[in-house]
Amino acid sequence: MLTVRVIPCLDVKDGRVVKGVNFVGLRDAGDPVEAARAYDAAGADELCLLDIAASHEGRGPFYDIVSQTAEQCFMPLTVGGGVRAVEDVRALLRAGADKVSINTAAVKNPDLVAAGADKFGAQCIVVAVDAKRVSGPDEAPRWEIFTHGGRTPAGIDAIEYAQLVVAKGAGEILLTSMDRDGTRIGYDLELTRAISRAVSVPVVASGGVGNLDHLAEGVTEGEASAVLAASIFHFGEATILDAKKRLAAAGAPVRMV
Amino acid sequence: MTDKTVIVDYDSGNLHSAEKAFARAAADIGEEILVSAEPEDVLRAERVVLPGVGAFGDCAAGLHAARGLWEAIEQRVVKDGRPFFGICVGMQLMAERGLERGAHRGFGWIPGDVVEIERAGPEFKIPHMGWNKLDVATDHPVLATIPDNAHAYFVHSFHLRADNPDHILARTTHGVSFAAAVGRDNLIGTQFHPEKSQEVGQALIRAFLKWRP
Repeated sequence: MLTVRVIPCLDVKDGRVVKGVNFVGLRDAGDPVEAARAYDAAGADELCLLDIAASHEGRGPFYDIVSQTAEQCFMPLTVGGGVRAVEDVRALLRAGADKVSINTAAVKNPDLVAAGADKFGAQCIVVAVDAKRVSGPDEAPRWEIFTHGGRTPAGIDAIEYAQLVVAKGAGEILLTSMDRDGTRIGYDLELTRAISRAVSVPVVASGGVGNLDHLAEGVTEGEASAVLAASIFHFGEATILDAKKRLAAAGAPVRMV
Repeated sequence: MTDKTVIVDYDSGNLHSAEKAFARAAADIGEEILVSAEPEDVLRAERVVLPGVGAFGDCAAGLHAARGLWEAIEQRVVKDGRPFFGICVGMQLMAERGLERGAHRGFGWIPGDVVEIERAGPEFKIPHMGWNKLDVATDHPVLATIPDNAHAYFVHSFHLRADNPDHILARTTHGVSFAAAVGRDNLIGTQFHPEKSQEVGQALIRAFLKWRP
């Protein structure tokens, strides 16, 4: 049986791991390569590396981090941030990424997803969907896509967008609730479930994890295939093993190492 | 005559991880790895490793595009009987045909076709992506390293449907059961990625590098 993936996420800026609270007020959580190695040893199922400054142009410190991480970690590595063209996808795969996450550029040009999937296979194209609830309290829930770190509304329905990029060839959706990101009050479970049910590909839940129960809810109520978190792991509040034990207790299949 | 294991480089996506994982495993047991696109190197290889990600047809075309590479692999593996390890699409290429976006010819070493995974229900997402349990069906020396209840990392939407059940060395289940590893004689292939499967994968690679079929 396919197990639920537990994915620590390293947000990287200027060669260091940071964790944004609603994308402001960054805190330094150390050297990304060291952190990656520690998570590999701890039995993380996958690692996500995001360049939040996203100023690279096919080279630079972020590419060195990707390559050093890939050199030392024998687990899947998803890399994102500032991917604008097929050449960026190629460069990150060459540097050692297994999957490349496309965010803002896919909103502007969904055909970039198709171009990447045709060239390198759907299995390595992840589309990052950053969604924010736009419905009022008494309305049926509705979410829209936001770009540029959650600041810019794109005026696109999140469910329709997820279905569009999957039709274009995305092999996975990395779904972040912009309402919950950095809040530590848990995933937007309604959003996670709505997207998960709307697409055929795996959905990674992200944004808002403050404790291990949140991870379990992401699977049992959000129906996510994988759960991503940052600060609860980075600051030693919980280990990967703690997370898997809690998931297992909630009835989710996990890989114990 | 070289004593190197050659990883065949034919521009099929992420060669980097396979190279690093094999180099690490080889260093542990004092062997060497060569990544090469040259048929001459394949013809002298102690062992041949064929990685592959993406579509079956693209990978087959990539091997044919490099002049003499496909034939060199056939020569070294079939005629000279050197150990062969196919990974993911590299494993699928061992089949007779791949039915992903049209029909494409494989090496034909494992009779059968590469077909789309049938979705057994909406909860079974495709691609089959993540860590799944291996059910090893044989005492094959390369797979003997895999402990009970071990998981390996998979990412694929198609699987190799082997005609001869004896060619299926391990299985996994994602709504439906399919081959996680195939092989016969001096040939082995895994649908999962040993280079991404942490210690389970490293142990398997070391076993392949020591395998004398």
